[in-house]
Amino acid sequence: MADTVKTLQDRPRSLGSGGGTLSTRAAGGLLSPAAVLIVVFLVFPAAWTLYLGLTNYRLTGAAAANPQFVGIANYTRALSDSDFWNSLWVTLVFVFGSAIVGQAVLGFSLAWLFRDWKSRWRQMVELLVILAWIIPGSVVAFLWVAFLDGDSGTLNSLLGIDTEWLLRRPLLSIVVFNTWRGTAFSMLLFGAALASLPPSHLQTARLAGATGWQQLRDIVLPSIKGYILTNLLLISLWTFNDFTPFLITGGGPAGRTELLPIYIYKEALTFFELGYGSAISALMLIINLVIALGYLRSMRVRT
Amino acid sequence: MTAATSQAQHRRAIGESRRFALRVGFYGMVALVALFFALPMAWLILAPFDQVPTLAAEVPEFTLSNFERVLNNRLALRSMVNSLLLVVGVVGLVIVTGAPTAYVLSRIRFRGREIFLYVLLLFSSVVTGTAAMVPLFLLVFNLGMIDTFTGVVLVLAGGTLPASIFILKDFTDNTPPSYEESARVFGASPIQILRDIVLPVIRPGLAVVSVWVGVNVWGNFLLPFILLRSPSRSPAAVLMYSFYTEGGQADLRLISAFSLLYTVPVLLMYLYVNRRYGFRFFGGLKG
Amino acid sequence: MQPSSAMTRRLVVVFAAMALLLTACGTEADEATTTEAPAETTATTAGEEATETTETSEPVTVEIAANAIRDGKNSAEAIWIEDYVIPTFEAQMEEQGRDVTVVFNGRGVDDEDFKAQLALDLGSASGADIISIDGIWVGEFAEAGYILPLSEAVGPEVDDWEGWDQVPEAVQQNMSYQGERYGVPTGTDGRVLYFNKDLFEQAGLPTDWQPTSWDEVLETARALKAALPDVTPLQINAGTPMGEATTMQGYLPLLVGTGERIYDEESETWAGATAGTQAVLEFYESIFTEELADADLQIRQDGRDRSFQDFAAGSIAILGEGDYFWRSVVNPQEGIAPMENRDEVVGWAKIPAQTPGSGISGQDFVSMSGGGGRVINPNTANPAVAWELMMFINSREAILEFLAGQARISQRMDVNEEVLAGDPFLSYVADEVLPLTAYRPGFAIYPQVSVLLQEASEQVALGTSAADAAQQYQSDLEGLVGADAVTGG
Repeated sequence: MADTVKTLQDRPRSLGSGGGTLSTRAAGGLLSPAAVLIVVFLVFPAAWTLYLGLTNYRLTGAAAANPQFVGIANYTRALSDSDFWNSLWVTLVFVFGSAIVGQAVLGFSLAWLFRDWKSRWRQMVELLVILAWIIPGSVVAFLWVAFLDGDSGTLNSLLGIDTEWLLRRPLLSIVVFNTWRGTAFSMLLFGAALASLPPSHLQTARLAGATGWQQLRDIVLPSIKGYILTNLLLISLWTFNDFTPFLITGGGPAGRTELLPIYIYKEALTFFELGYGSAISALMLIINLVIALGYLRSMRVRT
Repeated sequence: MTAATSQAQHRRAIGESRRFALRVGFYGMVALVALFFALPMAWLILAPFDQVPTLAAEVPEFTLSNFERVLNNRLALRSMVNSLLLVVGVVGLVIVTGAPTAYVLSRIRFRGREIFLYVLLLFSSVVTGTAAMVPLFLLVFNLGMIDTFTGVVLVLAGGTLPASIFILKDFTDNTPPSYEESARVFGASPIQILRDIVLPVIRPGLAVVSVWVGVNVWGNFLLPFILLRSPSRSPAAVLMYSFYTEGGQADLRLISAFSLLYTVPVLLMYLYVNRRYGFRFFGGLKG
Repeated sequence: MQPSSAMTRRLVVVFAAMALLLTACGTEADEATTTEAPAETTATTAGEEATETTETSEPVTVEIAANAIRDGKNSAEAIWIEDYVIPTFEAQMEEQGRDVTVVFNGRGVDDEDFKAQLALDLGSASGADIISIDGIWVGEFAEAGYILPLSEAVGPEVDDWEGWDQVPEAVQQNMSYQGERYGVPTGTDGRVLYFNKDLFEQAGLPTDWQPTSWDEVLETARALKAALPDVTPLQINAGTPMGEATTMQGYLPLLVGTGERIYDEESETWAGATAGTQAVLEFYESIFTEELADADLQIRQDGRDRSFQDFAAGSIAILGEGDYFWRSVVNPQEGIAPMENRDEVVGWAKIPAQTPGSGISGQDFVSMSGGGGRVINPNTANPAVAWELMMFINSREAILEFLAGQARISQRMDVNEEVLAGDPFLSYVADEVLPLTAYRPGFAIYPQVSVLLQEASEQVALGTSAADAAQQYQSDLEGLVGADAVTGG
């Protein structure tokens, strides 16, 4: 892990014998199946999204028989649709709250907290965190539907209240849910990052009287900045595209948790507005690209 | 006893009580964290064994009858088999196509190789499922593969390949090329080299990728939801969703036992890989 | 039909190898799915070609598709098709010396999913020969070229079927588009107000309740609330989670009670923030602000199911629903929220217009009806045989067999006369409610208009004022169909 992240920041290591030992044909042959799969099922759909967004294609209705090229009409429609802006806002709040603030901060805190703790208990706690991450999405969604149920959910039973969390605080509910769900990745990544720090730096600082907090601020964080950015980038993108909250709230009530993926699903696959849905998808891709570029910029600036 | 020593003792005592307080604080936080993560999961281990499960996690009236219900439900069992088929298909395809690719990318350097991989990885994070659901849907539709496992397997494989290659490449980067060179000198073909020299060494990487991909496919909801039609082909992720959105009351006995059965394989897979290879993402770095 | 299908066909060639490889390894389920229809067929008049060829002893397979599955959704229909229709029809064919096999492709999925599946099948020129669809989809599918008028899909002989005389004109309309019959209806339904007689007694209200205006409904609800504080007096569907159930059971019956239709055929416009719309939203406003209805129930994902459970348990006193509720929800034998004493405790009343005479066509009472039917796939290889099967399915004997003594409103008047006699509620619906009813406009855009109605009612349930919700609805509607096609505001 450390190696890979470093290679992204430094020069690529010279490994292997360079281009001479594998004939191009052999290389091509070994590469091509994966290449075909990736191009057809990843690259091509992405490109096609952009094209479809320029048409008024529908699955039913007259536009199904005769789809027309409509240029940027779908895009202007999306940008003037309050539902789109609502969805974008909800998604940004969701990403900021559950990924950047939630998962990353909690994940780092756990990695930092546990860094010197060598005990069976650590493994058990880590297991709990990781379980939250690997349990299948449908199960986890239902666990939280049950957990947050107003009348008889576990949370309310313990607190002795009867708030309908998913109706009154839907966005908060899914933010907490997603934090719970994805912290494991950040914890593992930061754990590896911390483990890669040469202990001498920290020891020197400790001897010089630096508090834990100061060590963190002045030595640790700057050293692992690359890890932090990589982590934030990945979890931001993953969270941005996450569909799981649909299984908990269905995008409701009244669109309060209608994330962009859910909004696209409703437009494209319940209204069958495939052209319009694609345009929104394209917008989403562009936003993701902007985010990614932002992070990459920060990383490059550092080096 | 001199004043100095009693002062030193005093300082030590403060130091000790401070350490004690810190320790208590530490364990307190650990407990909170553990509680936060464990509470929602409690239901999963309590309710399936409860005679009359409710939405709250409570001490069960022990029974195994809920599991009987699942076993007697044709669709429920079928769906787990479907999930398994998808996992096997995708993991197989990913490894068979991804390992050679990772190997090639390790051995051949071209300008911008790192950027290329990184971009591909980003791309796959963004495109799979949600952003491209419309064209994926149309693509599979035009290929006549709606409601087939093949369609789902191909799409999922395409989506998880970049990340898998990324992971595997780190492992293949770490295998010394010297053996390969000797083998090549003796006339071994690339395939043989791959099979007999490289593969055994990167086995931990293959295991990690298998778990990574396997877990993702086992739990994947959106793509089968969009691409499959018949309930008899639904994997467990999709079928489960229909359990609790069905008209009438959701059958908690069925849902609880089904959820647990559906979760166990993934848990076992993780535990196995973790024990054998240590579950860390990249390379052989342990914590 | 789709853009860039040429490009995809090129890819298909590249993929053939991969697909073959995977088909060998992976497994597809063993159920029969789609018929093999020629890949290039577009919606041509298949009827002309086929009439001469299939009247011989060549083996023929005909497939029926429906959103029904044994022991699941619409189980009765699935059982009837598998256990009666298929064996009986095949036997009949055998007697005539013809080898006909009928296959049933049943699924038990959400209506929206089923619709998507059909759109896909029909869009790829495949799918079963006889397909069950909801009447409201006819417009969309017809506009997309997925289905054809029966006279084109089969031939002019379809108009000679004796059954048409038995199916009321209005019900035929449900499966028609632009004046042409696209399919044979499978029945229709009506909406009423159900109420719990026990609760009415406890509140000191008469159990032979028939309100004659909205105000009466509100008064009754207030009386119930005062007498029984733990009971929710009223459940009139609102909000988007309930989907079309909000529009059909809640919004539209109210709207037609103001004398307006959602789509006016003469002016070819949709009703925006008209007087009628305002009145409907104000009604919703009253029931939610006075807490005569439970606003939360309208925004929960499982709200509709909960409302059924609540009514069956006696915590909701009045509920607006279709006859589906009587037959399949509170039915003591097979309902999803059964009430043992349904026949004694559950009362019914017609839905009143806003005030007497203010309903459409000057009616005092109103209702809405839906229903579905069966169409013949334009790509069928055997239109003549498919039509024969269709006539058989819709024959008096077959329908009687389907109902099997169970009372239900069928599409044939002769059957209804026989079957409904024993069930007071359903004969009530057939005799008194159906004549008052209205249908939804069969346009492709309707489902999206419907969502706007649901959203307007949802805003009110969440606390927005009726006036604001109406304004928002007006502008949304204009955005959808164009300002020229909207009245009001």
